Amino acid sequence: MDDETLTRALAADLDGTFEALVRAYQDRLYAFGLRLTGSPRDAEEIAQDAFVRAYRALARYPAERVETLKLRAWLFQVTVNVARNRARTRRPAEVPLLSADGDHESVVERVADDAEQPDQVAERHDEQDRMAAVVATLPERYRAAVVLRHMQGLSYQEIAGVLGQPSGTVKSNVHRGVAYLRAALDAAGVRFGVPEGTADLAAGRA
Amino acid sequence: MSANVDRTNDLAAARAFHQRLRRLGQARAPGSLLGAVLEELGLRDRYLSLQTPIGTVYVAFNGLTISGVAPAEDDASFERTFRARTGRSARRAEEVPADLLMAIRQHLAGESVDLDLDLRRLSEFERAVLLKAREIPRGEVRPYGWIAREIGRPGAVRAVGSALNKNPIPLLIPCHRVVKSDGQLGEYAFGPSMKRTLLASEGLDLGRIEALARAGVRFVGPLSDEEYCLPTCRWVRDKAPSELRPFASVAAAQSAGYRPCSDCRPAALVG
Repeated sequence: MDDETLTRALAADLDGTFEALVRAYQDRLYAFGLRLTGSPRDAEEIAQDAFVRAYRALARYPAERVETLKLRAWLFQVTVNVARNRARTRRPAEVPLLSADGDHESVVERVADDAEQPDQVAERHDEQDRMAAVVATLPERYRAAVVLRHMQGLSYQEIAGVLGQPSGTVKSNVHRGVAYLRAALDAAGVRFGVPEGTADLAAGRA
Repeated sequence: MSANVDRTNDLAAARAFHQRLRRLGQARAPGSLLGAVLEELGLRDRYLSLQTPIGTVYVAFNGLTISGVAPAEDDASFERTFRARTGRSARRAEEVPADLLMAIRQHLAGESVDLDLDLRRLSEFERAVLLKAREIPRGEVRPYGWIAREIGRPGAVRAVGSALNKNPIPLLIPCHRVVKSDGQLGEYAFGPSMKRTLLASEGLDLGRIEALARAGVRFVGPLSDEEYCLPTCRWVRDKAPSELRPFASVAAAQSAGYRPCSDCRPAALVG
């Protein structure tokens, strides 16, 4: 079911349609939460909360508003708000990757400071996991923007709506976030476009 | 030459980088997520069936409360009825919470149990009608007009009838205890004969109240008392006809010096 069909059906029969909405979006909201927090458990709780809030909001909205809702961006917006509220109310120790004041230390510096970090990252059995671990170290102000743009495929304008920021800010955060990621991956020894196993040679670390 | 190779490598590397980012956006939600959401919102309805004096009765419930009750021949026909009344689908429960089952049995047996009922999707008016119907004691009946007056909408008798007809939780909300103002039993969502069976199973003397209705008797007052009642009120229903004075209207009862009973409230209480 595409978004337009969904919003029309939601406006006509919320209870009868909501399961279809959860089925259509559960993987995306879960994946979004997972990349925001780095934790499968937090991601599941965030996705669950987001759907519950979305339902309650839809129940309050008049039918015309539901029908014209930009469903995808709106659901990500609800999810961002849930994640932000959780980060705010939790003790910082529990959410090291989503600290409210952002993380100004670059991963490159951190890797240099902490000799164990590259080994830990490199030990992950799969490149995908290593990448996910690096994404989880992205400063918060870049992370949501990068995840929405490059993992969920939203436009800059949609992201601006989701995050409540000007388009220009979003664009520069995405660019900075990507540059940051590439530098961090480089430092962690993750290479692309070169055969597996030669990355260390290329980095002159063999 | 070497610069071209570098650029080609860079492009390939950038493409690979973005492909992998996209793949990170494709995690699969755990299988428990959908159920947890629907459960929390009260959108996952399950049902059980019970054998009762009126045949097989189906009871649907969800994370919130009891969401639907209906007599039905089989699972498929209950599922159709439930969908028509709530807009949701229900599945047979694999496990039935023991305390819920106990509460339903007690409730159907006429014991007073605190059971939460799911009355979403109803208007304020419909909710008020159903909650008022829930106050009618087992073994007694009240006219549609009684509900209309009790909820402060004396002119809405017809609307009371349609609200009762939409009752998503019959039996537990005993809309079968609401009858026509002339004392005839009237309609029922599951048919008039089901209404008779239900009322008889609750101890109502159908022959007596139908005889009174035919005779035009709307109220009765004990000769030994000065309060008049609806004929099934617990204060008068066991009395012999010779002990009761029949009335065709509120005015007749009042001019005979009777005032309305404060239990069955046959007319608006003054003061």
